[in-house]
Amino acid sequence: MTYKSSVPMFWRLQGSKYRLVGTRCTKCNSVFFPPRSLCPKCRRKGTVEEMTFSGKGEIISYTIIRTAPEGFEKYVPYAVAIIKLDEGTNISGQIVGNNIEGMAIGMRVRPVFRRMFEDGDRGLIQYGIKWEIDKGDSTS
Amino acid sequence: MKRVAVVGVGQTKFGEHWNSSLRDLSTEAGALALKDAGVEGSSIQALYIGNMSAGKFVSQEHLSSLAADQSGLLPIPATRCEAACASSALAFREAYMSILSGQYDIVVAAGAEKMTDIRGETASAALMGAADQEWESAIGLTFVGLYALLTRAHMQSFGTTREQLALVSVNNHKNGALNEKAQFPFEVSVEQVLKSPMIADPLRLLDCSPITDGASAVVLASEEAARKFEKPVWIAGSGQASDALALHDRQSLTEMLATKAAAKIAYGQAGLSPGEIDVAEVHDCFSINEILAIEDLGFCEKGKGGSFVEKGNIARDREMPINATGGLKSIGHPVGATGVRQIADLVRQLRGECGKLQINGAKTGLALNIGGSGATAVVHILKAE
Repeated sequence: MTYKSSVPMFWRLQGSKYRLVGTRCTKCNSVFFPPRSLCPKCRRKGTVEEMTFSGKGEIISYTIIRTAPEGFEKYVPYAVAIIKLDEGTNISGQIVGNNIEGMAIGMRVRPVFRRMFEDGDRGLIQYGIKWEIDKGDSTS
Repeated sequence: MKRVAVVGVGQTKFGEHWNSSLRDLSTEAGALALKDAGVEGSSIQALYIGNMSAGKFVSQEHLSSLAADQSGLLPIPATRCEAACASSALAFREAYMSILSGQYDIVVAAGAEKMTDIRGETASAALMGAADQEWESAIGLTFVGLYALLTRAHMQSFGTTREQLALVSVNNHKNGALNEKAQFPFEVSVEQVLKSPMIADPLRLLDCSPITDGASAVVLASEEAARKFEKPVWIAGSGQASDALALHDRQSLTEMLATKAAAKIAYGQAGLSPGEIDVAEVHDCFSINEILAIEDLGFCEKGKGGSFVEKGNIARDREMPINATGGLKSIGHPVGATGVRQIADLVRQLRGECGKLQINGAKTGLALNIGGSGATAVVHILKAE
């Protein structure tokens, strides 16, 4: 669950959740976001090192959640997409902004730092990256 | 290879069971399976039970021994198997392999889930334990949402239409309307599906299998032991495969590679091609998943699943009857019980005991049970002879 949790499970994800720090295999150059500690192709023969992603990319599929799971009820409707990052790997993320109903596959997106989730009025507040439609970037 | 048969099947009614607990349901399904087989509990040598999340649904772990105890099967070894919605196909496969290993002759495989003792939103969050907790659940995705992402990708790549998706639910409800064990035994129209509330665009309420309580069980026997039973149905192939847990880590959003890999193994073992399957039980947790299954099991070309459904090919009286007893959509989807329920329905089809839902002359059947958004796929092929 993302709620009723203590600090450690969010603390250890700060780099990837706040700054898009993923990893890269120095042997085969595969890139991983979310980060992996082992390259699935090279396994123990490879070595992974940290790599920061730009967060820019393109929507390859999307939906609008209208019935939420526990803890997310107050956010509906919200948009979620699978984004192909420019560095060459995919990530799931929320799409925010006032034009989510006009979303389409192929649209460019850029990352924005946002509040992600509040665990009631006394629990942890989590922050992280969401995405918004990037109208000024038509490099696709 | 030695052969293993299914010699008895049992299933509780699927639905909301206000008066039955998880232990009641598993005991009832087990007793029905033993009665159907005509075997005494003292002959059962091991129990494998599929269950996804009793810990979250009813705060009960350690279901294996509880089920063995409640069924009067102590002290036989009891093992719980978990792969989200594919949990009981795993239990069935483990039971099958335990007999193949030579360790046992008569074994029970079961599945059980009690989902309605908690609120729907809480159950929805519990189900998300089957997805990537850090990167999918954490951003508010739901299972409908995950399958909506797959739906949109399929529509974009192949032109699959909203009406074609609706026809999956229409077909399964048409069959389930005649299934006395079904949670929702009534027909629905395309219009009803398309007017039902939007849950995660483009999937609507009537594209989704429900939250359900229920249990299922089957008795398996070695070739030698099976000769003593009246109507053995033989396991001809058993394949299981895995894929990345998160959708964003998959190589493709328009095919289930785990289904393809598991099916290849099962077809190979059975010596059958997709065209030789007489009836199939596939995992229609959401309408898109039946279309993906039709394609990835090889019943039609990739991308043509929508038109395959639209042509009516999956109806009971047509070339490839799919979910002839109602599917997850109409029968209900107690997640840990579905895989063995599919096997039980196939066995009844191959014995010719399905009454109005009988596929005449069915000799071969295939079951596809999927875990999560496709990270586990289990394919079994059964033969009447």
